[in-house]
Amino acid sequence: MKVMITIRGEFVSPRFDLSPEVLIATYYDQELLEEPRSIIVSDVSAEIICDLALKENVAIVVCGAIEEQHYQFLTWKKITVIDAVIGPYVDVLQSVMDNTLQSGAILAGAGAKEGTT
Amino acid sequence: MKPESLLHVSPVFSELLNAIPHGIAFLDTNLCIVVMNRFLEVMTGYGNAEARGVYSEFILRSNLGNKNQMCREVLESGESVSKDGNIINRQRKKIPVHFTLSCLHDEQGQAAGFIIVLEDMSVLKSVESKHQGLAQETGILGHSPQMAKVFELMSVLARTDAAVLITGETGTGKDMIAEALHESSQRARQPFIKVNCGALPEALLESELFGHVKGAFTGAVTETVGMFRLAHKGTIFLTEIGDLSLPLQVKLLSVLDDQEFFPVGGSKKVKVDVRIIAATHCSLRQEVQQGHFREDLFYRLNVLHLHMPPLREREGDIRLLLDHFLRQFSGKLGRGITSFTRKAMDVLSHYHYPGNVRELRNIAEYSANICQGKKVGTKDLPQYLFQSSEVSPRPAAISAPPLVSAREEVQPMTKMAGGWTAIEKEMMVDALRKTGGNRSKAADLLGWGRTTLWRKLKKYEMA
Repeated sequence: MKVMITIRGEFVSPRFDLSPEVLIATYYDQELLEEPRSIIVSDVSAEIICDLALKENVAIVVCGAIEEQHYQFLTWKKITVIDAVIGPYVDVLQSVMDNTLQSGAILAGAGAKEGTT
Repeated sequence: MKPESLLHVSPVFSELLNAIPHGIAFLDTNLCIVVMNRFLEVMTGYGNAEARGVYSEFILRSNLGNKNQMCREVLESGESVSKDGNIINRQRKKIPVHFTLSCLHDEQGQAAGFIIVLEDMSVLKSVESKHQGLAQETGILGHSPQMAKVFELMSVLARTDAAVLITGETGTGKDMIAEALHESSQRARQPFIKVNCGALPEALLESELFGHVKGAFTGAVTETVGMFRLAHKGTIFLTEIGDLSLPLQVKLLSVLDDQEFFPVGGSKKVKVDVRIIAATHCSLRQEVQQGHFREDLFYRLNVLHLHMPPLREREGDIRLLLDHFLRQFSGKLGRGITSFTRKAMDVLSHYHYPGNVRELRNIAEYSANICQGKKVGTKDLPQYLFQSSEVSPRPAAISAPPLVSAREEVQPMTKMAGGWTAIEKEMMVDALRKTGGNRSKAADLLGWGRTTLWRKLKKYEMA
């Protein structure tokens, strides 16, 4: 299963359309098949990231805030979108692999408080 | 005084915050949310319980860039900083916002936190776009006597605070009417919350409407306020009210009567001040007779009733709307299309528009995209317009008796050769066949929303 996470620094980027970087990971049976790779987005734009998701043929996109039109576009292209996710991308990736991540999840480390999924 | 301590000063403080018609958040020095007012909760879609302690940029989701930039400016200048930008809320809607960030100081004059004010600029932006002659997206157009009656009734309904029931076929603009009623009512500056009762299963809908307490059911890890509390002092719009289950109808009735309810799993009653606007495409009276809808709730909702006439009954509006939408799409696409040719207009004015204004809008968009010249001809119109008129002479039968209400018109049709149901089934099968079974494309072709097609497929057991 191939997953793409839009990131900024150590966290899932708050905005899909303003993500400077994406992380692409491939996993099977809760194990990474290869070292995740990150791609710096040439121009910050939702369309470019959507295009990248299609080119990379990912099955899941994990992101923060996303506009309805881009969400609909990705789901129309049979990509599962888990949006409104808040937290460090390392933990988010682990949750995706454990199949426990849901839209709107706020993970621990998203601020001063101890959050939960 | 630290922002955290403000919470304990007095209950009046939170009342005061909630009374301000702008989104307000207090941040600590780490730029984490300490408290938000109700307006900001509605604007962002996050409740205080889940947002507290989380970095503000993850909750506000603005386009102002890195969290530190604006705060550094405030700390350096010692003055408030204002900027225009936007946020994307949890409902995936982009809202234009005017941000104002100010620093809070303690007794020693040290920075103790920040206060951020978010002013919703969507109304102003839409007014600006209207002035520029751009898409009048929020406007309701119509010069027909039927629409004149609707506008007349709307001005009366906007002045009252009673529940309103809007009925009408799919695509007639029930949602727009509800929003317009809210915008012209005294609650205009308060939230307008739309809930589609047909889109969620019963258990989820109850929690969505009335909220739940922490631990109410498996997976309820945080408290949710629910749409009714989010719409406090504003308006809640319940669309597809006919799809509401009977147990929820009882709960809704009690809210309408007492303006209070228990959240799911809660033991404390919550009082709300909400105006209810409900809409449905089906005949609620018929649903009552069949035992699918409670009679008492029907009479409670039916205080003020507004029926949206189908487009085929609105004399003269087809041309007006076609011109409007063509101008709008032509402007958006940067084309110089001026009008329809006489032949094309003949075809369009004799079509029966089962998808009403939504379908007409789609036809105009299609034409604006396809047309290469200055005038839209018959070759630039969607092909199904010609096919449906060749296959069945029913459009003429439908558009023939003007000034007759929709209900009176549909009944005789049902007696003829399978009636409207059969026609609708046939149209759906045709559309699905043409699009190779693709429901989204079939819905577009019919001029319906995808959900409408899905609902109708289910209704006729074709899914």
